[in-house]
Amino acid sequence: MREKENNKDNNWEPRIVAFFCNWCTYTAADLAGVSRLKYAPNVRIIRVMCSGRVDPQFVLDAFSKGADGVLIGGCHPGDCHYMEGNYKALRRMRLLSRMLKDMGIEEQRFRLEWISASEGDRVRSVINEMTEQVRALGPLGIPKKFEEWDKEMKEMENKMQGKEVTANA
Amino acid sequence: MPEKPKAAFYWCASCGGCEESVVDLAENILGVLDAVDIIFWPVAMDFKKKDVEAMADKSILVSMINGAIRTSEQEEMARLLRRKSKLIVAYGSCAHMGGIPGLANQFDKEEILRYVYEESPSTANAQKIRPESETRVDGNVLTLPKFYNVVRSLDQVVDVDYYLPGCPPTPRLLKQALDVLLSGKLPEKGTVLAPDVALCEECPRKDTKPNDLSFVEFKRPHNTVIDPNKCLLAQGVICIGPATRGGCEALCIKANMPCTGCFGPTSRIKDQGAKILSAIASQIEGKDEKSIDKTLDTIPDPVGTFYRYSLPVSLLRKKIS
Repeated sequence: MREKENNKDNNWEPRIVAFFCNWCTYTAADLAGVSRLKYAPNVRIIRVMCSGRVDPQFVLDAFSKGADGVLIGGCHPGDCHYMEGNYKALRRMRLLSRMLKDMGIEEQRFRLEWISASEGDRVRSVINEMTEQVRALGPLGIPKKFEEWDKEMKEMENKMQGKEVTANA
Repeated sequence: MPEKPKAAFYWCASCGGCEESVVDLAENILGVLDAVDIIFWPVAMDFKKKDVEAMADKSILVSMINGAIRTSEQEEMARLLRRKSKLIVAYGSCAHMGGIPGLANQFDKEEILRYVYEESPSTANAQKIRPESETRVDGNVLTLPKFYNVVRSLDQVVDVDYYLPGCPPTPRLLKQALDVLLSGKLPEKGTVLAPDVALCEECPRKDTKPNDLSFVEFKRPHNTVIDPNKCLLAQGVICIGPATRGGCEALCIKANMPCTGCFGPTSRIKDQGAKILSAIASQIEGKDEKSIDKTLDTIPDPVGTFYRYSLPVSLLRKKIS
């Protein structure tokens, strides 16, 4: 079904929301920039102070507002600026990804990566790879789903409004 | 004698427990009857839909509606009562957040009907007959309500003024709510009529909650002996209390059972399931994927555990298919 939607909308491009930690991955993305590395323009980067700051609510919010994928980038284990933040992120995201799977969101749409400040090249390869994986899956399009789901309510709304008009007449 | 204000009670997709909780007012129900005229309450009194239809718009002071919205009939009654009432109170977890019936949002309508009418072990239905919203019998048309694909909270269908949380709400909260609504000093629209603090605040085991938890294995109430004087989280039992609104007087905790989250989140939380998932997972002991996964394997049903009552109002609302 997603493929069909994909064909319908030829201009569709994957939209990936990325939460990068200030100390490692965001700096690495900066490095990728100054090194003039080209990567897919499908990622919207949001800088957070630590991957441990990424509340699972942020991830769900991104998906429910139309993201096709969510990427989180943090420091390598042992390198967290705040000692434990990335471990907390890892634990949360392991559980969150189980739940996302149960809720019908494909595993490749959600990814956690450790990228240190010196790994600009890795920012490029991860973003490119994820963009292609999400492209292959097609749009997730949750806002559209919400609209489709709520169509079943239209009939009664119209019927009741019709009644109201006659009652007042 | 001035006319008493009118009140209505109605049920949608629910178990009947909310109705019982009204009766649980015990002798206080006499005070309620002195103060209001109950003009519609299908579970207890013989009034019909047409009686409600005949009433003037906004002539009911308050309608307390419990249950989630799953069928066209429930939607129609909710819309009708909305039109006839000044105030709508979403009564109980199902009306508030979708509740237990809302867990059906993990499945599509087709999966549910197929299982219930064809596959479940106790079903004998060789012709695979399913309920239809219209059936012709001898030239007559019989109708049944339409079964929707999505379970909804009350406020996803009609405008809701107040929420009375709980599975079911306690008689104390109901009495307070009625007193407030009858006093005319109405709280801000959209208010949840319970304290806006986490259950831990009123938990009798509060002092035994350690600052740092370290989960290796999660235990479930049926396969562990729970110490009645110690924080449940400290015993490795998942308790949703930290992400749940208080006001229930910690009834489950006092019965030595963990909180399952029926009062919903406090006002600072957008998605109750994600929030408690976050709080609990971050305190797992393991630091690598393998040991974390081993601990997580002891949570067999994350969606049912963390969204027990709130799946329809969660950020994703329903399984994506």
